[in-house]
Amino acid sequence: MSREPPPYARPRPGVQPPYLHREYGSTVKRAPSRALLPLQQTLSEITGPRFRDEPELVDLTRQGKGEALGQRIIVAGRLLEEGGRPLPRALIELWQCNAAGRYLHGKDQHDAPLDPNFTGVGRAITNEKGEYRFLTILPGAYPWRNTANAWRPAHIHFSVFGPAFASRLVTQMYFPGDPLLPLDPIYNSVPDEAARRRLVSAYDPALSEAEYALGYRFDVVLRGRESTPFEDDR
Amino acid sequence: MSRHAATPSQTVGPFFRLGLDRPEWNDLTRDGARGEKILIEGRVLDGDGAPVDDAVLEIWQADAEGRYDHPEDARRADPGFRGFGRAMTDEAGRYRFVTIRPGRVPGWEGSLQAPHVNLTIFARGLLKQLVTRIYFADEPSNDSDPLLTGIADPAVRCTLLAARQDGGAAWRFDVVLQGKGETAFFDL
Repeated sequence: MSREPPPYARPRPGVQPPYLHREYGSTVKRAPSRALLPLQQTLSEITGPRFRDEPELVDLTRQGKGEALGQRIIVAGRLLEEGGRPLPRALIELWQCNAAGRYLHGKDQHDAPLDPNFTGVGRAITNEKGEYRFLTILPGAYPWRNTANAWRPAHIHFSVFGPAFASRLVTQMYFPGDPLLPLDPIYNSVPDEAARRRLVSAYDPALSEAEYALGYRFDVVLRGRESTPFEDDR
Repeated sequence: MSRHAATPSQTVGPFFRLGLDRPEWNDLTRDGARGEKILIEGRVLDGDGAPVDDAVLEIWQADAEGRYDHPEDARRADPGFRGFGRAMTDEAGRYRFVTIRPGRVPGWEGSLQAPHVNLTIFARGLLKQLVTRIYFADEPSNDSDPLLTGIADPAVRCTLLAARQDGGAAWRFDVVLQGKGETAFFDL
């Protein structure tokens, strides 16, 4: 018999949001009412899809006839496992609203202009060091109807595939210093403050391109295996 | 503090179609998979029984011989089978996958699990994904599957069983997020 492979580690307390978070109204009718059932991980959970041949779409500023409007930004970082191992050849899908705070989506009713030269869609495959890089524009804040006069802080949606079904992650990247962050129930659904701050990108002058674009660094860290030594804990 | 601590999940929101819509991905057989071709279809419903029209469902499953196309599985999987699918619900909360019926997959200590499809649900109002499994109601090995037999309440266990429609290729699997008939979700 072969040795049983190590499972993916349990999330540390406070890192992941709960299902029910009443301040975010949409959770009230969608959060399960029963406790989740325990699952002993098997080959089904420690395997997952791979997407090495997906075409990349890493420049969101030149998807139309002209240039997208707004502040050009570079969003780059590394995809890692807990413990720090880089995850190469992984698919990252990204979507965002435009500089005016409007999504190219039929359900977006916000009275702000669409930009004919901006779709807000990106896709990257991490390189051998687990790195990715997008050129896009700074998304605007936009109103939503969660409570009266509520506004979402500027954010970019990330969908990330790690090595396994168990490491799948969808999240949002925010921007440093945004005054809407302390008021946002989605951002604040993460109980642990340090974990919450990991959703906020860092302005990185070394990533900025002179006379062209501002650089924001955002590393994404996925669940690691239980046997993974935490290099930070040494 | 740990520098390489996990990134928290955030909701996929209502506008994910923009970034995640890959219509061809709901057909896992599009490269000519071997095995019994089936449809898995159903609805996603909320705690009021109302259709959830903004959910994205992803499946991951073994091929007809129970093999995963992944380095953790030493066996060579069917190169014509994708293993992964994605579908989005329509205005009535309906989704549909075209796939093949998976084989039995290795479990713990040399055992075999009953055939199943791993399912992830993302939606507006879900701050992190829900995870469940789709089993096939007519499958004899369900009676010895450790996960299914470990669920004491038959009504809860029943929520994991897809039902064959009219003896054909279509299997029905509804996802009830909350309340009466709530689907069994797993703490992965």
